[in-house]
Amino acid sequence: MKALDFDYVRPATLDAALQELENTDANARAIAGGQSLVAMMNFRLAQPERLVDLSDIAALRFVRDIGDAIEIGAMTTFADLERSELVGEHFPLLRAALPHIAHPSIRSRGTIGGSAALADPAAEVPALLLAANARLNIVSTAGSRTMDAHNFIVGTYETALKASELLRSITIPKPPANARFAFCELARRHGDYAMVGVAMAADSVVPITNLRVVLFAIGDTAMRAAAAEAAMDGTAREDAGARETALAALEELDFRADLNAGVDTKRHLSRVILKRAFAELTE
Amino acid sequence: MSRRMDIALCVNGERVNETVPTRISLVDFIRDTLGLTGSHVGCEHGVCGACTLEVDGKMVRGCLMLAVQANGANITTIEGLTASNRAAALQAAFHEHNALQCGYCTSGMIASALQYIESGGAANRQKIREHISGNYCRCTGYQAIVDAIESVIEGQENS
Repeated sequence: MKALDFDYVRPATLDAALQELENTDANARAIAGGQSLVAMMNFRLAQPERLVDLSDIAALRFVRDIGDAIEIGAMTTFADLERSELVGEHFPLLRAALPHIAHPSIRSRGTIGGSAALADPAAEVPALLLAANARLNIVSTAGSRTMDAHNFIVGTYETALKASELLRSITIPKPPANARFAFCELARRHGDYAMVGVAMAADSVVPITNLRVVLFAIGDTAMRAAAAEAAMDGTAREDAGARETALAALEELDFRADLNAGVDTKRHLSRVILKRAFAELTE
Repeated sequence: MSRRMDIALCVNGERVNETVPTRISLVDFIRDTLGLTGSHVGCEHGVCGACTLEVDGKMVRGCLMLAVQANGANITTIEGLTASNRAAALQAAFHEHNALQCGYCTSGMIASALQYIESGGAANRQKIREHISGNYCRCTGYQAIVDAIESVIEGQENS
């Protein structure tokens, strides 16, 4: 199908873009890489009346070392991130997830900020942000504010961003020296939306410390498996009993069926990928 | 009454100036306005790969880009890849290995394969399959396509 009609502007600066969004007469929507939004417009699931294209705003596209963290501009493309040494060194979860994010032709334009702001329940980025304790840096004409990822992601395609706000950048705290990670995703074909996925991180595995287990493509949003985390936090990496308790705790999560799989399949496959991820985390 | 904008861009080395509806996709513009019908439209939501073409040196989905977003861009379609011989080895290999039947996926398949080869992709069938997993083929069963891509890489290694 073809998209409905709309106005299109491509401001050169962040301030100009924020002014566009502030203009309540315009019913404007920001477009980042467009790799989700244009598809939704082609289906007519999204019908913006005015598109504010952010792609000329160079100030939104960067990866920089800010001491105890790295900061990634919202318009940084997945292809940029594949090539980033800072990402490789300080955000290994993203490095592991990138080959699973759609396909190369989509990663050339898709952005990390666009994915974060969309909060697709089957997307990798929201789960990575939760697992990495990311902070989201938000701006509007009124100023700026910062939110933790778990407050930012509210529901299915719903974030805490207001209509006049833009995500400016994402701050990823540098993991401690002994931190370990695991990422596992199952999809019908490589590059498809995930049937189930998990992003896992721990500050250490001797013993397991500050474990984050974030599942995606299983319910309304990416979500931490808090009971599973609690079952394993503080335990030895070889503790099979703790691991079994953690896997059983998956039952408490609110699984939802989607086009890919029903609830029973997602529940089963979640166990499969959690086992694999635990093994990878603790090896 | 659709909203229209002027765009100026470069397509296959030639300057193009057109007035386009804001809502037209890049691939529809390339095909319907410029008559470059080598790129194809399949799913219109980015999964099938039939519309894959090059914008500013990167392979993109022509269905997920608006023509107005291509203002100032440098586009190369399958026609341009052919005219410059950039796809010649791949095209010869596709012919030799019978890697196309109806041809609908082929221009997008060649664009994706070219990206893999030009970025130094290895002659590894699993990696080739992963790279082209976003280009659907309904005819060939993919085996011959992987053969063709692999043969080009091995040919380069041997030359």
